[in-house]
Amino acid sequence: MKVGVVTFPGSLDDVDAQRAVRIGGNEAVALWHADADLKGVDAVVLPGGFSYGDYLRCGAISRFAPVMAEVVRAAGNGLPVLGICNGFQILCESHLLPGALIRNDHRKFVCRDQVLRIENNRTAWTSSYDEGAEITIVLKNGEGGFVADADTLARIEGEGQVVARYLEVNPNGSLNDIAGITNDRGNVVGLMPHPEHAVEELTGSGTDGLGFFTSLAAATFA
Amino acid sequence: MPKPEILDPQGKAVLGALPRLGFTGVSDVRQGKRFELEFSGEVTPEVLAEVEKMAETLLSNPVIENYAVTVEQ
Repeated sequence: MKVGVVTFPGSLDDVDAQRAVRIGGNEAVALWHADADLKGVDAVVLPGGFSYGDYLRCGAISRFAPVMAEVVRAAGNGLPVLGICNGFQILCESHLLPGALIRNDHRKFVCRDQVLRIENNRTAWTSSYDEGAEITIVLKNGEGGFVADADTLARIEGEGQVVARYLEVNPNGSLNDIAGITNDRGNVVGLMPHPEHAVEELTGSGTDGLGFFTSLAAATFA
Repeated sequence: MPKPEILDPQGKAVLGALPRLGFTGVSDVRQGKRFELEFSGEVTPEVLAEVEKMAETLLSNPVIENYAVTVEQ
């Protein structure tokens, strides 16, 4: 499958995401924020970083980049979209995912190997994992506190839209220890920690993140 | 402004700093943003409606923030 990785001005992890896509067995296609063109890809990754310098709010300006109009339209038609960290923030600002991400409750940037539990393996990006699987991948964020109003929170919990939850410690004040969520259709996933940094033994905490990049093929051929 | 139910870590940091400077009696601090938009012509109801739209779509995130629009001559 062809997986597009969008580069915004200020994206940091686009090259790592492209690499993770390839290691996961798919073809990585570079997409540019200013081009309203998805180049015929089968899925899109919005990578981490500080797009547009995080000016105004994280993801607020990226949401209106020409490529995002195409991503929002295609996501509505079922295109798998994964937003990691800043990509998660962009998905919330785009209203493709409910809630928002605010500054960590302890006000410090956090960078740690984080244990997560996969709560929902029925999404386009998590089908390679067993439900309840515990994985360790790196987390690095300053504004990763997931918030939503009480009704929204009850709905995403009730509908099984929580994809991953923090275990052992809540590193950023996210409500209900939420590390990642999906939309009601399961094609759009936002995740605050970085699976693309955990795909090879050589670096990082291991290869627990690889499942996010192998799930697409598994879902297609299942 | 961040909605009342949304945690405001920046406001909390300011609240913590005030007593260290000898300022007492402040029970809470909330930090928001202010945008000043300039128009060369008259601010008609139509212009104001456009500003409301700007506030709702870009300047604020209605999921976590409230906004208010005021006009100054």
